[in-house]
Amino acid sequence: MTTTRSRSKQSTDGPVPPKPARRPRGWGRATPYLLIVPAVLLELLIHIVPMLVGIWMSFVQLTQFFIANWSQAPYAGLGNYRVALNFSGPLGQSLLHSFEITAAYTVIVVGLAWVFGMSAALVLQRSFRGRGILRTLFLVPYALPIYAGIMTWSFMYQRDNGLLNHVLHDDLHLTDGTTFWLVGNNAFIAMTVAALWRSWPFAFLMLMAGMQNISEEVYDAASVDGAGIWKQIRFITLPSLRPVNGVLVLMLFLWTFNDFNTPFVLFGQTPPPSADLVSIHIYDNSFVNWNFGFGSAMSVLLLLFLLVCTGVYLLLLNRRSRRA
Amino acid sequence: MREPLSFRIFRTVVVVVLGLFVAIPLYVMLSSSVKPLGEVQGAFTWWPKHPTLQPFIDIWSTVPLARYFMNSLIVCVSATVLSVIVAIFAGYAISRYRFFGRRVFTGAVLSTQMFPGILFLLPLFLIFVNIDKFLGFTLLYQTRVGLIITYLTFSLPFSIWMLAGYFDGIPRDLDEAARVDGTTAIGALLRVVLPAARPGVIAVAVYSFMTSWGELLFAAQMTNSSTKTLSIGLQNYSTQINVYWNQVMAASLVVSVPIVIAFLLLQRYLVAGLTAGAVK
Repeated sequence: MTTTRSRSKQSTDGPVPPKPARRPRGWGRATPYLLIVPAVLLELLIHIVPMLVGIWMSFVQLTQFFIANWSQAPYAGLGNYRVALNFSGPLGQSLLHSFEITAAYTVIVVGLAWVFGMSAALVLQRSFRGRGILRTLFLVPYALPIYAGIMTWSFMYQRDNGLLNHVLHDDLHLTDGTTFWLVGNNAFIAMTVAALWRSWPFAFLMLMAGMQNISEEVYDAASVDGAGIWKQIRFITLPSLRPVNGVLVLMLFLWTFNDFNTPFVLFGQTPPPSADLVSIHIYDNSFVNWNFGFGSAMSVLLLLFLLVCTGVYLLLLNRRSRRA
Repeated sequence: MREPLSFRIFRTVVVVVLGLFVAIPLYVMLSSSVKPLGEVQGAFTWWPKHPTLQPFIDIWSTVPLARYFMNSLIVCVSATVLSVIVAIFAGYAISRYRFFGRRVFTGAVLSTQMFPGILFLLPLFLIFVNIDKFLGFTLLYQTRVGLIITYLTFSLPFSIWMLAGYFDGIPRDLDEAARVDGTTAIGALLRVVLPAARPGVIAVAVYSFMTSWGELLFAAQMTNSSTKTLSIGLQNYSTQINVYWNQVMAASLVVSVPIVIAFLLLQRYLVAGLTAGAVK
C-alpha cells in the first residue's frame, strides 16, 4: 500500500520543472506515516490487542470451561490478583517463592555473566597467540540455538551416564557418583550454570564491541605518563564502557528474569520447586491447571514488577551519568 | 608495552577457566554424537571407542526430524522476511523523519522488548482459539500461520530498533542527493539507503531467524504433532524417560551448524547495530 501511493505521487509531481529546494508538502508530509503504517497495524495486532485482552483476562474467571467460550466467563473483579498476592494462601505463597527463586537466579546469572564477559573482553583486547580462535570459541554458546546447548547440559547432568558424575566420582573421587543433578536443590545450581554458559558470551560480545570504540591514543598517552595495564583498565577502559554496561545489564536482567527456555529444556513442563522460575510458573498454572484468568493476573504482576525495576534502574543510570 | 606478571597470570586463568567451561559441553556434544547407543547409555567416556555416524542417520527416523525441520524453516523464514520488510520502512521513517507521534511509536516499540513472552502467549492462545471457532475451521490455533504471527511479537520490534540504528549510521547526504535527482523517499530508500545498509539488514535477518529458530515458549502451546518445530520436537524427545542421547546430540549439531556459521560470519554487523542502538 505504501509503495503504490508514493509511486502515484512520483507520477504527479515528478516530471515538473526542477524546484530550488524540496520542502515536504502534501504527500511529502505524509511520507513518514505511510512508512510506519504497516508496522503500526502489525503492532496493534500482535502487541496492543493481545495486551488489552490479557488485562481483561486477568479480571475474569477464565477456567477451562470458558476458553473456547470466552464471552461467558464470569467477572472476577480483583479476585485473581487477590489470590496471587495473598502470600499466606498456597497459590500466593508459591508465586512469591517463584519470584524469590527468579530473583536469586537473575542476580547470580547476570552478575557472573558480566564478570566473565568483562574478564574475557579485557584479556582479548590485547593481542596474543590464539586470540582469534578463543574469540570465536567464546561466541559459540550464544550462537547455538538455545535448546541445543541446554540439552547438552541436560545430558551432562544425567545421573548414570552424564559427564558431571563421572568427573566428580571416577576422575576426582569427590562424590559417590550417584548425585541427582536435576532434582531437589541441585536443580537450581544445574539450571544456573547452564544459563550462565549460554548468557556470558553475550556480555563478552557487547563489551568487546564497546572496547573497540575507545581510541588507541588515550591508551598511548596514558602509558607515556607511566600508567600500567591495571591503571589503564581502571581509569580508561572501565569508565569508557559505562554506556554499554548500562544497556547490557538491563538486557541481561530482562532476558534472565523472563527466562523460560532453560528450566523448560532441563525439566520439562513442571520443574522442581528450586528451579520454578516465574515464566514457567505462570505457564504451568495456565496450561497444566487451565486457569487463564489467574495466569494473566500473574503475567500482569510480572510486567508491573519489570516496569518498576526498569524505571528505577534507568532513573539511577541517568542520574549517575549526569553527575559524572 | 611489557605486560606485568599479574596480567599474564590473569590472562592464563581466564583463558583456561572460560575456555574449558565453554569447550567441554561443545566437546560432549561432538563426541557423543559419534558414539553408538551402548556407549552413551553406560558410564560417560571421554573418547568414543567405536566412532560411528549412525546417530546422524537414525535420528531422522527416531523423531520426524525432517518434518520438524520443514516447519521450523517455513515459520522462521516467514516471520523473518515479514518483520524485516516491515521494519525497513518503519526504521527508515524513525531514522530520517521527525514526525508527530515518533516518540510514542519508538517508545512503544522499545518497551515491548521487555515484556515477558508469557504475557502475550495467554491472550494470543485465547484469541486464536476463539477466532478459529468463529470461522469454523482451523486457521490460527496450532498452525504455522498462527505461530508466524506469535513470532512477530519479538522479531518485529527488535528489527525496527536495529534497522533504525543502522540507517542512522548512513549519511543523510546519500538520500538527499538521490532526492535532488527527483527520486521519491521510497525510491531513495530502496535504491540508495538499502544497498548501503545491506550488511546491517542481513545481520538483523540472521539474528531474527536465530531467535525464532531457538524459540520454545510459543512453540510449546501453539503447535501440534504436525506443526511442531525443531525446538519443541527435540525438547519433547529429550525430556522423555529413555533418551537416545547420541542421536539427540547428533540432531543438536545438525540444527546448529548452519546457524552458528552464519552468526560467526555476521556478528561484526550485529554488534555494530546493538551498540549503535545502545548509545542512542
